[in-house]
Amino acid sequence: MDLSAINPVLLIASLMVAATPLLLAAIGELVVEKSGVLNLGVEGMMIVGAIAGFAVAVESGSPLLGFIAAAVAGAALSVLFAILTQFAQANQVASGLSLTLFGLGLSALMGQSYVGVKPPRMGDIHIPVLSDLPVVGPILFGHDIILYFGIALTAAVWWVLKYSRIGLVLRAVGENHDAAHALGYKVLKIRLMAIMFGGACAGLGGAYISLIRVPQWTEGMTAGIGWIALALVVFSSWRPWRALLGAYLFGGVTVVQLNLQAAGVAIPVEYLAMSPYLITIIVLVILSADKSSAPASLGRNFHASR
Amino acid sequence: MIRLEKRPQPSRAWSMATPLVAVLATMLFGGLLFAALGKPPVEAIRIIFWEPLFGEFAFYYRPQLLVKGAPLVLIAIGLSLGFRAGIWNIGAEGQYIMGAIFGAGAGLAFYPSESFLIFPFMVIAGAFGGWIWAMIPAVLKTRFGTNEILVSLMLVYVAEQFLASVSLGLLKNPEGFGFPGSRNLQAWDSAHNAELITGTGMHWGVVAALIAVIFAYVLLNRHMTGYHIRLTGEAPRAAKFAGVNPARLVLFCLGTSGALAGLAGMFEVSGPSGQISIDFNVGYGFTAIIVAFLGRLHPVGILLAGGLMALTYIGGDIAQSNLQLPAAAIQVFQGMLLFFLLAFDLLTNFRIALSKPEVA
Amino acid sequence: MTVPLLSLQGLTKAYPGVVANDTVSFDIGEGQVHALLGENGAGKSTLVKMIYGLVKPDSGQMLLRGEPFAPAEPRAARADGIAMVFQHFSLFDALNVAENIALGMEKPPELRDLAARIREVSETYGLPLDPFRTVGDLSAGERQRVEIIRCLLQEPKLLIMDEPTSVLTPQEVEILFKTLQKLQSEGTSILYISHKLEEIRTLCDHATILRLGKNVGECTPAGTSARDMAEMMVGSTLLTPQRGSREFGNVAMDITGLSVPAPSAFGTALKNLHLKVRKGEILGIGGVAGNGQDELLGVLSGEVLTDADAVKLHGQPIGRLGPAARRKLGVLAAPEERLGHAAAPDMSLTENAMLTGSVREGLEKNGFLDWAATKEFAERIIKAFDVRTPGPGNAARSLSGGNLQKFVIGREVLQDPEVLVVNQPTWGVDAAAAAAIRQSLLDLAAKGAAVICISQDLDELMEISDSFAALNEGRLSAPREAAGLTVDEIGLMMGGAHGMEVAHV
Repeated sequence: MDLSAINPVLLIASLMVAATPLLLAAIGELVVEKSGVLNLGVEGMMIVGAIAGFAVAVESGSPLLGFIAAAVAGAALSVLFAILTQFAQANQVASGLSLTLFGLGLSALMGQSYVGVKPPRMGDIHIPVLSDLPVVGPILFGHDIILYFGIALTAAVWWVLKYSRIGLVLRAVGENHDAAHALGYKVLKIRLMAIMFGGACAGLGGAYISLIRVPQWTEGMTAGIGWIALALVVFSSWRPWRALLGAYLFGGVTVVQLNLQAAGVAIPVEYLAMSPYLITIIVLVILSADKSSAPASLGRNFHASR
Repeated sequence: MIRLEKRPQPSRAWSMATPLVAVLATMLFGGLLFAALGKPPVEAIRIIFWEPLFGEFAFYYRPQLLVKGAPLVLIAIGLSLGFRAGIWNIGAEGQYIMGAIFGAGAGLAFYPSESFLIFPFMVIAGAFGGWIWAMIPAVLKTRFGTNEILVSLMLVYVAEQFLASVSLGLLKNPEGFGFPGSRNLQAWDSAHNAELITGTGMHWGVVAALIAVIFAYVLLNRHMTGYHIRLTGEAPRAAKFAGVNPARLVLFCLGTSGALAGLAGMFEVSGPSGQISIDFNVGYGFTAIIVAFLGRLHPVGILLAGGLMALTYIGGDIAQSNLQLPAAAIQVFQGMLLFFLLAFDLLTNFRIALSKPEVA
Repeated sequence: MTVPLLSLQGLTKAYPGVVANDTVSFDIGEGQVHALLGENGAGKSTLVKMIYGLVKPDSGQMLLRGEPFAPAEPRAARADGIAMVFQHFSLFDALNVAENIALGMEKPPELRDLAARIREVSETYGLPLDPFRTVGDLSAGERQRVEIIRCLLQEPKLLIMDEPTSVLTPQEVEILFKTLQKLQSEGTSILYISHKLEEIRTLCDHATILRLGKNVGECTPAGTSARDMAEMMVGSTLLTPQRGSREFGNVAMDITGLSVPAPSAFGTALKNLHLKVRKGEILGIGGVAGNGQDELLGVLSGEVLTDADAVKLHGQPIGRLGPAARRKLGVLAAPEERLGHAAAPDMSLTENAMLTGSVREGLEKNGFLDWAATKEFAERIIKAFDVRTPGPGNAARSLSGGNLQKFVIGREVLQDPEVLVVNQPTWGVDAAAAAAIRQSLLDLAAKGAAVICISQDLDELMEISDSFAALNEGRLSAPREAAGLTVDEIGLMMGGAHGMEVAHV
């Protein structure tokens, strides 16, 4: 065992990379849940985003186009969920599950000819001087653009929810859809928008895994990250900055256990690989005492009666 | 313009018809999907739904229906109890794995002695393995209010890692030339869940699935616990008012579904599969979710849905070898089925009304 | 003749199986306080929703100051000067007052300016309110203030108020009326929806009466007797419930020093409650919504467990017993919320009869259910309480409010309770059904049962109770003999004006 092989600077830098897919998916789902909808299909949308982004990046040679395609694919899949829950009034838990099952199958089908292919690399940004600083450079100024986009998105969602009119309306719909309807707000339309935003974010998160984090395509490669993102939303008490903190925490756990595996710690690999899931459970237990900040209409369908 | 009107009460006719409509719609869109993949759509659908039952090699495939259908039905019956009460165990895959590990482990502890007591002991151990794994989310939910969906799902990944660990360690076949995986239980009479009637596919798991169907039917229709389960799903506050203890119900539903999933895993490992190995689980725990919904969470419906889903598995295999239809296409096909079912379910509670453009 | 502010001409709106409004026409004049009077289900709500743009009429038209008026959505109605205070408030618990008000405005100013406007308007109209308080923490009266201020900030030409006094104490009602009169003097028209006749006689200039969706007459309330208006509204003469003189027996239910923490963030804690009710006695418990009524019912029914000694039946502690165990002893309850609490909406009446009947009616043996006997029990309820339904196989949600309420009350009354607790037994129920339900409670008491009737309808409580107490912020006033209590005394028991003040006219 050789712990000295673990470089703390690289560890932190790779932690940020590991956290980004989680962060993107969690921020999207946070907005969805703020509008009162529980979409358990995050995992499915992520994996479809992962393969759609991968395929387009490989075919076009442009990772950026890949990310755009991933967002579109995630949003498109989320529309299916929206049709089921918002129009057909189907149970949200069941619909979310079906989205995940469907997404896993669809991605496997789409990805058949991409197994073992290497995607084009997305370059890391390089700011002269800043990126070359020791320690601070690789941690803060040496990443790809999507990672910064994730952080910017967190800030934007925080601002919109807290200060903007549209954020207020979104929260109102999630809080009491009957009252929002009575005031003349289009509950279904607002929820559809939120669901699509969540789908796009999940798609981006998935593509980040297949294009940057790993980078290659394997079936089922999201390996529960979509579900952890759902847990993260609970962890964050529906607050964007806490979601960022949580994503970095989980990213840290993942990276540390991978490093420990590589360093050959005496703990069997399987038990290290379990750790992110076990820690998610522990965190959920600690935080589940307080549900007061959950949107009051979360998971309830809306149908305008007479 | 199309509007939805809530029916004064759920339509019984539509409630029975929606699964059929969903299957038809899935055939249609599945056919389109197959065509898009460059496969003959009609032929593919015929192979999936007809070949296993009435084709040239039906004598081989028909028993397979029971082999594949039994674990699906067994797991789905358990899940349906919870789903009816709004208790979402989606970690049946993990409970299935743990049932197999506990069942096989309990048996292998006595290897190589022969006794008729070993198999029943394995059955109990298998059920216990699934039960204990499901009790984790159950207890966390009742004690701390933790979301059972996420916990049960996380435990699937944990169980998969545990499965890998025991395949490589604790249960590894000492005479297996270093390959991962346990001893083959099929080769050990006391532990083998053999066919009860040769050539039928009928093994103890099938018997257990049928018993589970009857048990669930009686429970839901004739027993207070079943009434409480339905009441909790329909109106949680009314259930509390009726005197239901929500915590006890969570423990019962999750525990029962865990035990049944564990049983399914145990019957699989001691029968059709034969050994614990890294890739022992093939997703029955997740497909059973589709089976449960397709069967309308009704025991008899689940029995039929389990058969249908087993058919798509076997038919899918045939299509894979005959038409080179990718295995993933069948997975998409199954996912589609659930989609259409949920969508058409609308017709049970709502009427679609065509209205003239509204004159204001 | 001047052009009326709003003229409704032949408005019709039909839903499957029911015509909610049938060619309704009337005018609302400028600066007029116009009453819209009618029973539950008469079509008042549908009519105002059409004015507010939430529902589109099938036929007929509206004229606003002579111009055609057809709002496509509430936003359009608001833009034309129509504002509405809802009966079930359209508020968001987790948001603060200013955010709630901003949501009801087209172009709200910056939050800070809005807060200042709120303070200003609330003082002018005697409705003090802190813009930054979370709405979920406010009392029912304060929540209504939020709605009213939200409307006033738009300087409406027509203010629609849907049953505004049902959540107020008598003192608060008086203050509200002062506010409304001030608005009227400033030229605002008010459409005032109510079924409380005395209120309408004091406040309104003109009244339109709806029955079964039709305009059945108009009158000047001040010059018409309450009885005449009631007959127009109901269409027949009503029987007032008969109460014989009764002897009270021993104390049946006894609560001493009961305190229960709030069940949820916006719930009410019960604080040091004392009450006794004797056999044959009806104890009426008044109070404005949200002052602990639900919580008190939960404690009595056994849904919320307490110290064993806090709740006693015939001197025996039952505080730790759940609902089923209490039913066995004869403590039965009927909660306020019919669909979802007292009954499961999608289940049949037979299945709903099982809900509380299993213990006392012997519908269960060793956990196995006797559906034949349950169906019989459901049929008995339907017959005895004149529940209008094709049969016990129909889903609870297919029944009208009044019929379902008769079923719910009947289900408990037929089980011969020793103590019956009801919450809002006639809420949202038509007059005939309400009278039948009240009579059944009186008959039950006459047979020697103790009845606790929690209600926000003071007229109802005065009609049937022997003694009266009021809930206010989770505290219960000392019970007093009901006969001879004045409206003022009752109002003070309910907490008086809750810090409201009269409008600065």
